Amino acid sequence: MSHQGIEVRRLHKHFSKRRGLLRRRGATVHALKDISFSVGRGETYGLLGPNGSGKSTLIRVLSTLLVPDAGEVRLLGHRLPGEEQAVRSKIGRVSADAAFYKKLSARENLLYSAYLYGMEKAPAERRALEILEALGLEGEKFTDPLEEMSRGMQQKVAITRALLVNPPLLLLDEPTTGLDPKSRRDVQTFLENLRSEHGTTILLTSHDMAETERLCPRIGFIAGGRLVAEGTADELKRLSNSASLDDAFISLAGEKLGEGGNGKAKGAERDAEPVEA
Amino acid sequence: MEQILRQTWAFVFRDYHLTRRYMSWVVVFTFYAVVNSATIALIGVAAGDRRLTLTLLVGVLLWNFLSVLFQEIANSITYERWEGTLEYTFMAPVSRLTHLAGVSLYNLVYSVARSLVIIGGLMLFIDLDLSRANLWGALVVLMVSSMAFMGLGLMAAALPVLSPERGAEATNIFQGILLLVSGVYYPVEVLPGWLRPLAAVSPATYALSASRKLIGIEGAEMTDGVPLSAVTYELTVLAVMGVVMIPLGLYVFGLVERWAKRTGKLKRTG
Repeated sequence: MSHQGIEVRRLHKHFSKRRGLLRRRGATVHALKDISFSVGRGETYGLLGPNGSGKSTLIRVLSTLLVPDAGEVRLLGHRLPGEEQAVRSKIGRVSADAAFYKKLSARENLLYSAYLYGMEKAPAERRALEILEALGLEGEKFTDPLEEMSRGMQQKVAITRALLVNPPLLLLDEPTTGLDPKSRRDVQTFLENLRSEHGTTILLTSHDMAETERLCPRIGFIAGGRLVAEGTADELKRLSNSASLDDAFISLAGEKLGEGGNGKAKGAERDAEPVEA
Repeated sequence: MEQILRQTWAFVFRDYHLTRRYMSWVVVFTFYAVVNSATIALIGVAAGDRRLTLTLLVGVLLWNFLSVLFQEIANSITYERWEGTLEYTFMAPVSRLTHLAGVSLYNLVYSVARSLVIIGGLMLFIDLDLSRANLWGALVVLMVSSMAFMGLGLMAAALPVLSPERGAEATNIFQGILLLVSGVYYPVEVLPGWLRPLAAVSPATYALSASRKLIGIEGAEMTDGVPLSAVTYELTVLAVMGVVMIPLGLYVFGLVERWAKRTGKLKRTG
């Protein structure tokens, strides 16, 4: 049995886009370039990068929603591509965009998800209410349509959906984006408890430095589809002679976290191996 | 097995609650279907031709049933893309067979219930005397033809994975062609010669032909409905189409899903 929760080796992914009036001009976007890293079982690993840096693409590859062009992925010992079905039963995913049937209630959305994973109704409802309570959402909201809930409440339901089946591996793609400070703290505390009590392996992508520093013993900087550096927060700061993680990112990745979207980070254009702090 | 049944139930559960939450739209669309069916059938009443009235009625009822079944299965992926839930469905440990079987099962029940409401509504406008018809036989034809339409729906459901907007457009065009070539309100012999080969490959053509015989309106005069054995040819063709089209639909869907996962087309739209 592999000791690693996540092992990614030399992962590549590109997308072809058609442009122009007749869509004849082709362009290639390299979303992931030679990404390698590993996360131990029960570890929380943070991936920091601006919009368009490749974080969501990486999460989609690990969620079996994208097939990589090259490279090797192992999740809890299961290989991708190849063992998708085994991986799917062991992962939970939360994205920044809480995607639900908005007309349905939290209960209906969560029961639908529970049935998809083969859970029975009574234990699923019990577990859902437990998680929602731990996240600070009152039980009476359980039967309200999602469209009547705030963005923060919807995100808490999304986190509940991901945790309903107790997955040993969580893929969190900017899970606290758009949440108010209180909700953000509720979610962060819950994730800390989850790791300490259940030993859940967590991959957290974010552009929130404070959150990543609080939750993740190890952090990777991703820019322009490349993993440009990784280490503990202190190591990354020391390596870049920076006082804050923000400055460390600018120094090592060559761009600010709030920027990006064009995949042309200065630091990312280097062909060098990621800096290990 | 229990797990597969629960996963199949997930789609029935979801679609039932979505129907419940969109009930006002369901009522509006069903009301329109009743009125539309009545206006078509009343053409026969106005002509004082009972056989024509029944021909139009069989056409409108069968088309209502089969087209809604096809459309709902075909659009199930479009709805998921609009809601943004498609990625979550695709990353659940559910086989595509279970997924699409669950969607088809709910829509089969929904189409039957909707057709019963339309029949009830039509009774307010038209004196339906079906005492000479073989209604059980017609029900068998309906169920067998459903298989072929489910297969077509599965193939069409792959289109929104390729392109959400273009996929929905293509589904409507395909449905329109089926309506045109299948002889829903007229014999296919009146179609131009270049269109008739398409009638031969449409399952609706055989479903309509068998239903007309079973209701007793196939010839120039009204007769007693024929026994089921008299429509063995149509039933065989429909069964073969179902046996071929359901696995073919799943295969096409699988191909498109793999393509979408290579090219990154599963992301939310709408």
